[in-house]
Amino acid sequence: MRAKAPALIISFANVTEALAVERFCQEASLPGRIIPVPREVTAGCGLAWKAAPEDREALIGALDGAGLTYEGVCIVNI
Amino acid sequence: MIYLDNAATTMKKPPQVAQAVVRAMNSMGNASRGAHREALTASRVVYDTRVKLAQLFNCRRPDHVVFTCNSTEALNIAIAGALDPGDHVVTTVLEHNSVLRPLYRHEAERGGALGFVRCDALGRPIYEDFEALITPRTRAIVCTHASNLTGNIVDLRRVSRIAKAHGLLLIVDASQTAGAVPIDMEELGVDVLCFTGHKGLMGPQGTGGLCIREGVELRPWKVGGSGVQSYSRTQPAEYPTRLEAGTLNSHGIAGLSAALDYIRETGLDRIAAGESSLMRRLYEGVRDIPGVTVYGDFTAAERTAIVALNLDGYDSAAVADELSERYDIAVRPGAHCAPLLHKALGTDLLGGAVRFSISCFNTEEEIDAAVRAVRELAEE
Repeated sequence: MRAKAPALIISFANVTEALAVERFCQEASLPGRIIPVPREVTAGCGLAWKAAPEDREALIGALDGAGLTYEGVCIVNI
Repeated sequence: MIYLDNAATTMKKPPQVAQAVVRAMNSMGNASRGAHREALTASRVVYDTRVKLAQLFNCRRPDHVVFTCNSTEALNIAIAGALDPGDHVVTTVLEHNSVLRPLYRHEAERGGALGFVRCDALGRPIYEDFEALITPRTRAIVCTHASNLTGNIVDLRRVSRIAKAHGLLLIVDASQTAGAVPIDMEELGVDVLCFTGHKGLMGPQGTGGLCIREGVELRPWKVGGSGVQSYSRTQPAEYPTRLEAGTLNSHGIAGLSAALDYIRETGLDRIAAGESSLMRRLYEGVRDIPGVTVYGDFTAAERTAIVALNLDGYDSAAVADELSERYDIAVRPGAHCAPLLHKALGTDLLGGAVRFSISCFNTEEEIDAAVRAVRELAEE
């Protein structure tokens, strides 16, 4: 296994929310990808959006600006 | 073979529909069940299809597009999920059993009450009845967008104005119109739009769904596996998961997605105009044949591509059998799961009616052959 590193994790209540974010980020060339939700994160949905911690401001600003919903945002060492 | 039973199911589909189903069966995992590539492929296909349907019907929230197996399941979810015990519902005699039986069950098992909008001799709803039937207990209007027997289209703008004026939900059965005529939920004022994927949308059987206006809350009709919130004892509250317990028909939804692409690329207006032209050609060809009675309102500018008729003195089943055996023309006789409209038109006493229903893949030559066949049968 690779060494653990801090990551920005955006969690969702359901898969539809996650895929809406994936589509938006891909179209807007925003960083990150879908991963299985880490066990450290309490989330309704098994999918999460993972990006670098330094992308937090840009990502959350863009998602909020687009009216996209998510369950939580945190930094996790995974 | 000339297939003219498209109101039951469109048999001829765009070839990319079957190709998409095969591709999906060979490549897709279970949607919303995991994050590996195959599961995500399925999840993305399902999500993309929600987006396409939301665009087609102008449903503002793609996550309020819920997949079901067909219109009947969608209508059961909508009716059971919206009504409380004792609620009164206004509906019409135009309805299919997919509306009627869930409503009869509400009446029998939950103390509900029903009021039925009548129709005139051409099968058009008597719009004044909608308002007249409303009681203090009325919760919803549940009505079809178009009759599956006559092809008459219901003026939903008019019905929704009445519903809004009285604070009622408007639940619409779009089985006959989804993919056949443009539908704009916002413009029409529809709260819940129930559709099937295998008729005008030209997708596989086993696909369908409902589009729910934001703010409309439906209780889950079925509960179970959702792939999310697995430690919760209750079904997730968020749409669409709230109403989608169990594995979806993702393979079928992949086919529906391809069908939606075909409709968008071809143009729904063009499809509707082509079907309408063939329907008028059939109507004009049979309307004056002695012994033929045609049902429905053909003065309306907008109607679905159905021509229902009877031959004097003959059971509709016998006529359909002759058309099949001698001319290889597939039509639908009988009651069409629309018992109240047949009773209202008096065709219940004639063995129902012979329904010709047209798709965009039919041709003028096929319609002319159908007209010749009806003429020959009527003259014998």
